[in-house]
Amino acid sequence: MSMKKEKPQGRILVQLFPSLANLASRGLAGWAILIGAAIVAVMAVMTVVAPWISPYNPIAINVGPILSPPSAEFPLGTNHLGQDMLSRVYSGGAIMFQVAVLSVIVCLVVGVPIGLFASYLGGYTDKVASLVMDSIYAFPGLVLAIAIAAMLGPGVVNMALSIAVVYVPSYFRIIRSQVLTIKELPYVEAASMMGAKSRTTLFRYILPNVIPSIVAVATINFADAVLTSAGLTFVGLGLPVSTPDWGWDLTYGRRLLPSGAWWVIAFPGLMVVLLALGFTMMGEGLSELFNPRLQK
Amino acid sequence: MDNLLTATNLRKYFPVEKGFLDRLLTSQKSFVHAVDDVSFSVNRGDILGLVGESGSGKSTTGRLCLKLIEPTSGSIMFEGVDLAKLHGEELRRFRKNMQLIFQDAMASLSPRIKVGDAIKHALSFQGVGTASEQTERTRAILERVGLKPWSNFYDRYPHQLSGGQRQRVVIARALVLDPKFVVADEPIAMVDVSVRAQILELMLELKKEFDLTYLFITHDLAMANYVCHSIAIMYLGKIVETGSKEDVFSRPLHPYTLALLSSIPVPDPKAKLERIIPKGEIPSPINPPTGCRFHPRCPYAESICSEREPQLEEIKPHHYAACFFPRHS
Amino acid sequence: MALLDIESLVVEYHTLRASMKAVDRVSLAMEKGHTLGLVGESGCGKSTLGLSTVRLVPPPGKIASGHIVLGETDIINCSDEEIRKVRGKRVGYIFQDPMTSLNPVKRIGAHFVEMIHTHEPEVSDQDALKRGKDVLERLGILPERIDDFPHQFSGGMRQRVMIGLALALGPDLLIADEPTTSLDVIVEAQIIELLKELKESLKLTLILITHNIGIVAETADRVAVMYAGRLAELGQTDDLFEKPMHPYTQALLKSVPNITKKGQVLSWIPGAPPDLAEPPPGCLYHPRCPHAFDRCKKEEPLLIKHNGSQVACHLYDKR
Repeated sequence: MSMKKEKPQGRILVQLFPSLANLASRGLAGWAILIGAAIVAVMAVMTVVAPWISPYNPIAINVGPILSPPSAEFPLGTNHLGQDMLSRVYSGGAIMFQVAVLSVIVCLVVGVPIGLFASYLGGYTDKVASLVMDSIYAFPGLVLAIAIAAMLGPGVVNMALSIAVVYVPSYFRIIRSQVLTIKELPYVEAASMMGAKSRTTLFRYILPNVIPSIVAVATINFADAVLTSAGLTFVGLGLPVSTPDWGWDLTYGRRLLPSGAWWVIAFPGLMVVLLALGFTMMGEGLSELFNPRLQK
Repeated sequence: MDNLLTATNLRKYFPVEKGFLDRLLTSQKSFVHAVDDVSFSVNRGDILGLVGESGSGKSTTGRLCLKLIEPTSGSIMFEGVDLAKLHGEELRRFRKNMQLIFQDAMASLSPRIKVGDAIKHALSFQGVGTASEQTERTRAILERVGLKPWSNFYDRYPHQLSGGQRQRVVIARALVLDPKFVVADEPIAMVDVSVRAQILELMLELKKEFDLTYLFITHDLAMANYVCHSIAIMYLGKIVETGSKEDVFSRPLHPYTLALLSSIPVPDPKAKLERIIPKGEIPSPINPPTGCRFHPRCPYAESICSEREPQLEEIKPHHYAACFFPRHS
Repeated sequence: MALLDIESLVVEYHTLRASMKAVDRVSLAMEKGHTLGLVGESGCGKSTLGLSTVRLVPPPGKIASGHIVLGETDIINCSDEEIRKVRGKRVGYIFQDPMTSLNPVKRIGAHFVEMIHTHEPEVSDQDALKRGKDVLERLGILPERIDDFPHQFSGGMRQRVMIGLALALGPDLLIADEPTTSLDVIVEAQIIELLKELKESLKLTLILITHNIGIVAETADRVAVMYAGRLAELGQTDDLFEKPMHPYTQALLKSVPNITKKGQVLSWIPGAPPDLAEPPPGCLYHPRCPHAFDRCKKEEPLLIKHNGSQVACHLYDKR
């Protein structure tokens, strides 16, 4: 089989989901995905095995002196309640992961069908959906999330919902622009020519080609959810005090800074940034990989 | 003469999208007169070449014949059935009688569907046979279009094939339903020069084997000359000349046909060419010239040409032209 | 003295998969006032060759070895500043798609002014515009249209504008890369007539890069045929069309329809061009060549002189 050099104006559309081994050969984008995925995977594993590897119970108070700096006994120091920071760092991601995953699931379940059907059917359905979505999109994300979280109250599910509401318009926009483009492409016309029913065209011809962009948005969604949940906890709309959570530590860590206890905010902060970075790298890498303009 | 497809007074006008200010300040809607009162028929077993440059309306006409778009007015009769009366499920089932071979093979195949499955879809959408029968037929047609052995190609994705191979897949997909009528829209324009004749030969062989009738849309007169039996020349939404290939290309009547023929590059440095190249370019189909659309560029135009529109008339037996002063060359 | 002398040029593309030679040891010389038709199918390296003459090969392509000498300038090794002086002033380049080569938010006049100022900064705006208008008139465009934007021109007119920009500074050499591919038949003929006329009146030296053998037949003095990055045949136009030597040239000519020939039977070339990442040994064309013999599979044919032309084929190498 010989490979023709594609003409520059030829439409090189989306390729398959590359297997991991292939990723490294895709240049910078591939590496971004691999590194990002590695970061996320390591942190997920860390959160899961936290109960087994934590030297102390993360919510047990006074296991050590209050506000002691990092030392041999407490590598990441202790906070104002005498809790071991290392143990808190190990398990502090649990809430964030849960919130992030839940918000993405809600977005997918709600945003994808709306995006698909509204843009495929066009007309009033599309106009109404666009209007609603654009209105939500116009709000600054964090502000809206705070407002909704304030209305719903604390809890993992409510945090996830408020983040989901903020994010659904992004899914809608991306899906809509993809569907509108793909609808006009010859291969969709070909499906009509063969006598495909509308449903078949939408699900077997349009949707598979939209999925890559959904994946890209979802990963950025994860990153954003991590940061937003930290933010929500920071303003006090997150969770009960007892659960170990990086966001919670950030809140108290900030208050402790003037007394010189930098370690309480630093390590959880670093974790939040790393997790967001991991997801962002994956998302950006995937976007670049699936962006037709950058294919050679 | 068995008419397979007859188009009568076909018109297709596309509304022009206006900017916000234009919509406020001007009330008149403007339209692109893509196809403007076109009538022709295709005989069973014929290869009709619909020849024209950009803006001629040839692609739109092809799609009207397949009912991929609705005409603004006019009718298409296919084997006595008025296409305008077909809707929904009935239309869907009717589609197996007529198929389209696309110009851009890469763009007409979904990048996420294996080419074998892409072909099989045609059969499954129409509910032809059982799943295994469909697979069998797909394998057979892959080999019939020269993609042998089928196992080398069935599970490939479009980007893994060469341009010529992709075009064969598109042809296979068009023919797997055993249609009667196939519209080929510039089928070889995006294929390498040295391979074009092979694809054309394949299409001609398949025509005999499947008993097909072709509507061949192209701007490439030399290819049209090679492959077609009859020719219809289109200019700015109208048919300006039609007849057999010999008549139209050897004894052209319409000045536009003459211009086209004298503009074709000839791969022979010794050929003595009489070039009658008209000035200017194709005018906008939104505001076509009055009277004969070609008159602003026609070297033989007289005053009547800008006042009245010439109709297609039989100037010589079975050779029609829309011109007040046809050339008798 | 040759205006342009290309010797053993090698241009490589380095990808993670493999290194490919887009242009493999091509040698060409252009005399002043002559027109060369550079033909070949997609992927043969003709565009890359054209871009090399002004050092515009896009990465990951890179000129690997060889010489390109324009007059007295060493194109490959000269400084960035010198090559900028060459582009536009000594070599005019016409690209395939006039739509994307013109800046849609700039008037045509601005394009001319920018072009002229790059090389002759002392020229006033007024004078630059005047020169632009003169050029447009020469090309059959109303001079007033110098104030129009690109989208106000039709395809053929835009291409004329491109030709005008390429000629604005009076270059010694004009390179046209597929100048008519995106145009309609009649407009294509107009542009070809225009190029022929300019060739005569301005005594242009022109390299016409195209896959369309027909336009080469009527415009070029000599024809160079490229296949998979190598030069297959190079000769006078009349000779090449009448007695093509290389089997690829022969097959190519037989696959192009000639509307003046009655009862022509078109043929084609089986197979496909080689994958440059894994080229076959010996002659790159041998897998598709009906005359291939043992030597072709092992030894790469070099360009040799034969009957006044040059051909890279063992059939003519009686050693």
